[in-house]
Amino acid sequence: MAKQIDLHDVAHSELEMRSRYTTRVKACSSTACLSAGAGPVRQALEQAAEREDINSDIQVVPTGCMGMCSSGPLVRVEPRGAEPTMYADVTPDIATRIIREHVVVRKLIDEHVLDEDQPFFSRQRKIVLGNAGRIDPERIEDYVAEGGYQALAYVLSDLAPEEVVEVIDDSGLRGRGGAGYPTAKKWDMLRRAEATPKYLIANGDEGDPGAYMDRTIMEDDPHRVIEGMIIAAYATGASRGYIYVRAEYPTAVERLERSIRVARRQGLLGRNILGSDFDLQLEVRIGAGAFVCGEETALIASIEGRRGTPSLRPPYPTERGLWGQPTMVNNVETLANVPAIIANGADWFGEVGTPKSKGTKVFALAGSLVNTGLIEVPMGITLREIVFDIGGGIENDGVFKAAQSGGPSGGCLPANLLDSPVDYESLRELGSMMGSGGLVVMDDTMRMPDVARFYMEFCRDESCGKCAPCRTGTVQMHALLDRICEGVGRKRDLQHLESLCRTVRQTSLCGLGQSAPNPVVSTLDHFRHEYVDLLVPDVTYNGEAPAVPPRPEAPDPTLPTKGGAR
Amino acid sequence: MAEARTAERAAQDESHPSGDERFGLLDKTLRKTRYEQDQLIEVLHVAQDIFGHLSEDILIYLARQLRLPPSRVYGVATFYHLFSFTAPGRHSATVCMGTACFVKGAEEITQQLELTYDVRAGETTEDGELTVSTARCVGSCGLAPVVLVDGVVTSHQTVESTLANVGEVVAQESTEASA
Amino acid sequence: MSRNGRPTVPVTIDGQEAMAYEGETILRMAERIGVRIPRLCYLEGLSAWGGCRLCLVEVADDPRYRLACATPVVPEMEVTTTNWELHNHRRRIVEMLFAEGNHICAVCVSNGDCELQDLAAETDVDHIHYDFQHPDSTVDASHPKYVLDRERCVLCTRCVRVCNEIEGAHVWDVAGRGSDSMLVAELSKPWGESPSCTWCGKCVLVCPTGALAFKGRAVGEMRHDPAVIDFLKTARDEGKWDERQEAR
Repeated sequence: MAKQIDLHDVAHSELEMRSRYTTRVKACSSTACLSAGAGPVRQALEQAAEREDINSDIQVVPTGCMGMCSSGPLVRVEPRGAEPTMYADVTPDIATRIIREHVVVRKLIDEHVLDEDQPFFSRQRKIVLGNAGRIDPERIEDYVAEGGYQALAYVLSDLAPEEVVEVIDDSGLRGRGGAGYPTAKKWDMLRRAEATPKYLIANGDEGDPGAYMDRTIMEDDPHRVIEGMIIAAYATGASRGYIYVRAEYPTAVERLERSIRVARRQGLLGRNILGSDFDLQLEVRIGAGAFVCGEETALIASIEGRRGTPSLRPPYPTERGLWGQPTMVNNVETLANVPAIIANGADWFGEVGTPKSKGTKVFALAGSLVNTGLIEVPMGITLREIVFDIGGGIENDGVFKAAQSGGPSGGCLPANLLDSPVDYESLRELGSMMGSGGLVVMDDTMRMPDVARFYMEFCRDESCGKCAPCRTGTVQMHALLDRICEGVGRKRDLQHLESLCRTVRQTSLCGLGQSAPNPVVSTLDHFRHEYVDLLVPDVTYNGEAPAVPPRPEAPDPTLPTKGGAR
Repeated sequence: MAEARTAERAAQDESHPSGDERFGLLDKTLRKTRYEQDQLIEVLHVAQDIFGHLSEDILIYLARQLRLPPSRVYGVATFYHLFSFTAPGRHSATVCMGTACFVKGAEEITQQLELTYDVRAGETTEDGELTVSTARCVGSCGLAPVVLVDGVVTSHQTVESTLANVGEVVAQESTEASA
Repeated sequence: MSRNGRPTVPVTIDGQEAMAYEGETILRMAERIGVRIPRLCYLEGLSAWGGCRLCLVEVADDPRYRLACATPVVPEMEVTTTNWELHNHRRRIVEMLFAEGNHICAVCVSNGDCELQDLAAETDVDHIHYDFQHPDSTVDASHPKYVLDRERCVLCTRCVRVCNEIEGAHVWDVAGRGSDSMLVAELSKPWGESPSCTWCGKCVLVCPTGALAFKGRAVGEMRHDPAVIDFLKTARDEGKWDERQEAR
């Protein structure tokens, strides 16, 4: 049997080790910063530290995302007992200077200092991303020193499975994948399922173009996801768990696999976890590039090695899922909330957010903003606060036009809705949705029909092809949008577009098809004139608009009940 | 039950008749996954890593080894974007088409790349020099628009800068080859 | 379809009271009492696929339409098989299916024996309002007895399911995805070269359109026989050989 980790010992020695350094220099090594050149920056930091550091009291720590990706690469200098300083747009030269000047002679490099008191940081509330940008994600000791796996230890020693579900229920946690289904309800259904074995799946198949929340969580704090999964498995009686990750996220895959190995060695996975009689095996499964696999039944098909087409519900996966066994699919961000809720209590969690949407939500803030990056905000924050306080307003002194949330399943919100709160219900009422957390802000140079066409093209390409309305409807809707955008659309094209939106939404098999019309419907709701302006006026040979009434959509009482055609 | 049967069968299985050593690598993965049919996607990933792309020969081999109907293997392989059935070009230019990059003009960059190299996204030029493709968000939205040239992220791209970058890597290789 | 015992579940369908068997689907129950619900991918004897979405029906107190082919009845369920909205949805789906392929009834072997054609009549399709996609699909005439014309395929997957579930050969599968989906035999090989095809012809019998047909049939000469699957399935599973209706 694997040895059991002594959480207290590990945390203690880690903190002691940290306190030996007078200065800890954290270098953001997340994907966005690496793309901006964080690799050489970290090298420069390490080399300079080695040269300058005679008493070995400088530690360079590679960390996950610090948030403000538009200013990357980011470096944070944390002297013992003094205020930390964050640096933006660091190059290898600046990195060397940071060590030589700031760390050694305490002289700040003013032009690169990033004010951490600015709203971008101060308006955020970090729960899920609490460790991102602070710890080395590759070291379990770092996670444990921040209180990691304490929640698990508490759960295993003090709580019965139904009590865990109760805590989650009290906290009001809802699925972060987009739809906002109460997490405890799902857990309870799996817990009550009688067949065994039961399976737990963490959904890390984040396919929304322009979103990378789940990736950041998996890359920057893999143990948090694993801890959340172990707790969820304990509460529901699952004996095997899978983390389904997009193949496009190799770093996340690598870190999760590594962290699972480490956790297994430390007695946190496998048999008799932390000395209890609870067993759990975890495994990473890799997708292969299919947006539809974010849908839970398609995801299950993919794990079974089949085409990722959704299947009919009911039966719901909690009754019959993976290999016909009871299965629960939770989003990665949802699971990452779990350890914090257990550790701090349901009440603590409930204080953040709104009465119906509790806690925080991570957004990938992108588009025409001064600050872009990854943010975690309390639910109920207004769009205006996100765009103008956190995002710093529109870049190049532009004018705000719309904010798009929920990606290809969501909608665009115009300026007059900037004061609406960001929570599940409000966004849905306004024709958008929370989605997994992509938030793209557009300035007034953007034409909304083009945006709708972009998303429709995405849905057309990502439709799995199983059900007819989605497979053929996305093609037709894209063709209609294309005509309108190219300025050759007619009024009837717009009518067909709208009626198809209704049909595809109401008849498609899965969430992808049902929500594919959302970007069109919401832009039509708020920016209809932009569509109308693009239409070619209908004229007859004598130059007058024809007076042909549109096809009736109202109920027709004369509709006969159809007998069989054969 | 099923495991015992597959293990027994695995011992009898011979590697690919061509004797191509790369199939040995594939066999290793097959054994590691105990010839479980649900590992098909995993195994296809490995096969593509080893061979660069999935040829018919490989798919037949996998179908036989996993005892799956060939049509199902083909159906799965063609369902997912990341599997490729043609050899990739010597160089690659991948334009990120995530929303952030789209908002900042990625579409124009793709179109110009397609026009300049006379290929459609997802295809390789006739001389096998360049594969132009698009990606669904590489997760560097703060750096939009982003183009990956031979796997290296180039940020804040314009049509001009992308064409220059791509032109450079393509030209480089050809001069080396001719020298 | 043979059932033991008596139906015990009271339901209402289009205002008509009826008794259903426990676990019976809405569609099967409706069929039994003579109420027709449009459908395309559904075939008795095969697993439910749920792809065509034509059999969606209204269930009282349910905000969403339900698939008649896959939703089991529950006591006191009130089903409405059509309303103006559903009728429109169905018409649009059928229109889009026509626009997706190259369905030219006048030159089709299945003219007159085509479920898509029947659905067009049933859903009042008198004109295709959408762009024809004119797919560049292929015909596979390599098989000595049968022919596959992908231009007429509606991707209902009846052939895939019958080959896998009843014959057990799994010659067919769907390749590609979305609008690029297409029916393939083996590794996208000519059907005639398929080593696993048993020439049983069940896929041809169940095809709702002229996509799969007997070779040598001229326009309008093809006759399918999808009901044979229910006969086979009942015989196999229950050991009961129901009387076969005359094959057409």
